[in-house]
Amino acid sequence: MRNIPISALIGLFFTGLYFLGAIFASLIAPYGVAEVVGDVWEPSSAEHWLGTDNIGRDLLSRMIFGGQTTIFIAATATLLSFTTGSILGFTAAVTGGWVDQALSRFIDLIISLPTLIFALVVLSVMPVTVFVLIVLMGLLDSTRVFRLARAVAVDINVMDYVEAARLRGEKTAWIIFREILPNALSPLVAEMGLRFIFMVLFVSTLSFLGLGIQPPAADWGGIVKENKDGIVYGIPAALVPAIAIATLAISVNLVADWILNRTTSLKGGRGG
Amino acid sequence: MADILLDVTGLKIEATAYPPGEPPQDITIVQDVSFKVEKGKVLGLIGESGAGKSTIGLSAMAYGRGGVRITGGVININGRDIRVEGTGGLRKLRGAEVTYVAQSAAAAFNPAKRLMEQIVEATLAHGRHSRKEAEARAVELFGKLGLPDPDTFGSRFPHQVSGGQLQRAMTALALCPEPDLVVFDEPTTALDVTTQIDVLAAIKEAIRDTGVAALYITHDLAVVAQVSDHIMVLRHGKMVEYGETDQIINRPAMDYTQALVSVRSIDHEEKTPSPQPILTVEGITARYKNVPVDVLKNVNVEIHPGQTLAVVGESGSGKSTLARVITGLLPPSAGKTVFDGRTLPPSLPERTKEDLRELQMIYQMADVAMNPRQTIRTIIGRPLEFYFGLRGAEKTKRVQELLDEIELGDGFIDRYPAELSGGQKQRVCIARALAAKPKLIICDEVTSALDPLVADGILKLLLDLQKREDVAYLFITHDLATVKAIADSIAVMFQGEVVRYGPKSQVLSPPFDDYTDLLLSSVPEMRLGWLEDVIENRKMESAGN
Repeated sequence: MRNIPISALIGLFFTGLYFLGAIFASLIAPYGVAEVVGDVWEPSSAEHWLGTDNIGRDLLSRMIFGGQTTIFIAATATLLSFTTGSILGFTAAVTGGWVDQALSRFIDLIISLPTLIFALVVLSVMPVTVFVLIVLMGLLDSTRVFRLARAVAVDINVMDYVEAARLRGEKTAWIIFREILPNALSPLVAEMGLRFIFMVLFVSTLSFLGLGIQPPAADWGGIVKENKDGIVYGIPAALVPAIAIATLAISVNLVADWILNRTTSLKGGRGG
Repeated sequence: MADILLDVTGLKIEATAYPPGEPPQDITIVQDVSFKVEKGKVLGLIGESGAGKSTIGLSAMAYGRGGVRITGGVININGRDIRVEGTGGLRKLRGAEVTYVAQSAAAAFNPAKRLMEQIVEATLAHGRHSRKEAEARAVELFGKLGLPDPDTFGSRFPHQVSGGQLQRAMTALALCPEPDLVVFDEPTTALDVTTQIDVLAAIKEAIRDTGVAALYITHDLAVVAQVSDHIMVLRHGKMVEYGETDQIINRPAMDYTQALVSVRSIDHEEKTPSPQPILTVEGITARYKNVPVDVLKNVNVEIHPGQTLAVVGESGSGKSTLARVITGLLPPSAGKTVFDGRTLPPSLPERTKEDLRELQMIYQMADVAMNPRQTIRTIIGRPLEFYFGLRGAEKTKRVQELLDEIELGDGFIDRYPAELSGGQKQRVCIARALAAKPKLIICDEVTSALDPLVADGILKLLLDLQKREDVAYLFITHDLATVKAIADSIAVMFQGEVVRYGPKSQVLSPPFDDYTDLLLSSVPEMRLGWLEDVIENRKMESAGN
């Protein structure tokens, strides 16, 4: 822990900053999320650090609340996708046979559909609520996690200690949670960081297209959409959430890279 | 004194270790090692894993693997110090003056290129010969090394030749540029005993014919005794003993060398079979899914309570498959297993908890047989909890008892497998099997991944436990020395069939069938001239040839 590389420190700092901002949003935001406090697209000032948006709301406040929404949705969806994906992936690998075939081919089918189009179709018939967004994103993304979890578990499944557990007469649940999961954790955790970023991008994309978070609630993709017309007039309001998305993506990546490096030098206990 | 080719004095080699969660540390791998190799002579480097033999071998090319640095001493080859030479000088040296034969030829050859192309590569790169000359020399070497069809052998791909042939092809690769020194790094360790002997003989002859000097690295003293003129015994990176082969083998001076020479001299009296066998394997025939060949053909063996049946054979003979059939991992296509008077269901899910408990297994690779993320407490405690419902303090007490039984004692219960040595890991695996209070333990090559002295300790422990717990062993191995040490009865397997079966004294005394003769004669013996005797007298060529 003493030798954290500088890149990881930068990553940790910004990730921490965004997450703290999201958690304590209502405490630190100077104004309400939908409160109109000034003129349209005011430049930054002592009162409004980032200026105001297209209908005169404080951009900093909207950024903080928007960050809360974006990060909350992305984090919950990531959690959902990891739970579903890894449990299904492990089950497929451990059970094998037709269960594996059925699950894997079904996942292949879902993966072959472009995620964004699939999501747009579903969201056009379903009511767009935070809950629906999370479930949709979580389940769609769990296909990728499934593939990784299955690949890792197939490797571990042939280890002698798993065979020893089988010979002892252990049930599938013990094999999955006690023998395989602890050894598959490090690649999964590293992947989690990357999937989280894809979730941020995904929910931002949906909001930008108007099918994500609905106004007046804020999220970063939505703020870009609201302020995009300003770019023509040289007003940088739309760039602020864009920069936030980019820096969050990069910093989480830096952290994930560091975790991955650390665990591969430890070999994750996986013998390789 | 004759011409000195390689002169190493005061060699010191260091590396950087990266213990998890701690700052990197510099560790000394080799300290104060000095030796000389004369032109045309062979020096054997011997020691257990971690003794620094390979590291010393590679230092003859001034090369250090992954972060290993040569930090002290002088390495003179042909009178010049190669440690002070720059990259350019070393490039001229490596692959021309000094060449290298790796342990795993299969991993060292590029599978996408034909053998000839790879064998002449270094010779051409160094401009030692023209392509035509180099290829002619390679063909000549193929002939010397006893490879089939020397003229066309080079046009094959690595996967088209056997393991023993590939190892000889690698020797040809090393000898092709007419080097002054060849470093052989465990060239026969990965081969079957019966193949090893041919490769060994070929290497020995090639060394003699080409007059090259060699460093021969191995952990098997009996093997090195056959090829080398001098032997250096190493331990923990330091020299233990250095002398002529005859002296080291016949009159070892140091305790450690004496222990190495007298390894596997365990006395074991054969027990007489009891009337009621604990396990009877009747007419087992088995094959793997989608493979249209029977891996086991009508196998019949018996194991008696508290006794050891050793199943011997080369890789591919079906020994491990037999274990899989008995444990239920591979249901047989014909035949049955009778265990303690009852017929066992053929497949694992149908067996009762009691069936599973009484039949335990110990694996070859102890480090993959234990979950790296579980402590010893969980590893040994789980069977106690699973079969006997032991919990809490009661479980801990029993785990500690088992640890005492395998001679590990206090301070081990909360360790992870990574914090144990190879021998300790195997002991924990034994304790895990014992925890179930089994009647039969299947031991699948349990000592073959261990250094000889450590393996000896494990065998003694197993014999001890057998006496105390009255447990029977099915002991799978390719090593006849081990068999002699612990078996009560022996089954010799060849291509899926039991070719010879009976009490130890009977199986190991003449008249022999051809295969048993080959197998028995291929076990390296700790005496000079053994190799020549065997090559002359055996009845059958090895299968891997």
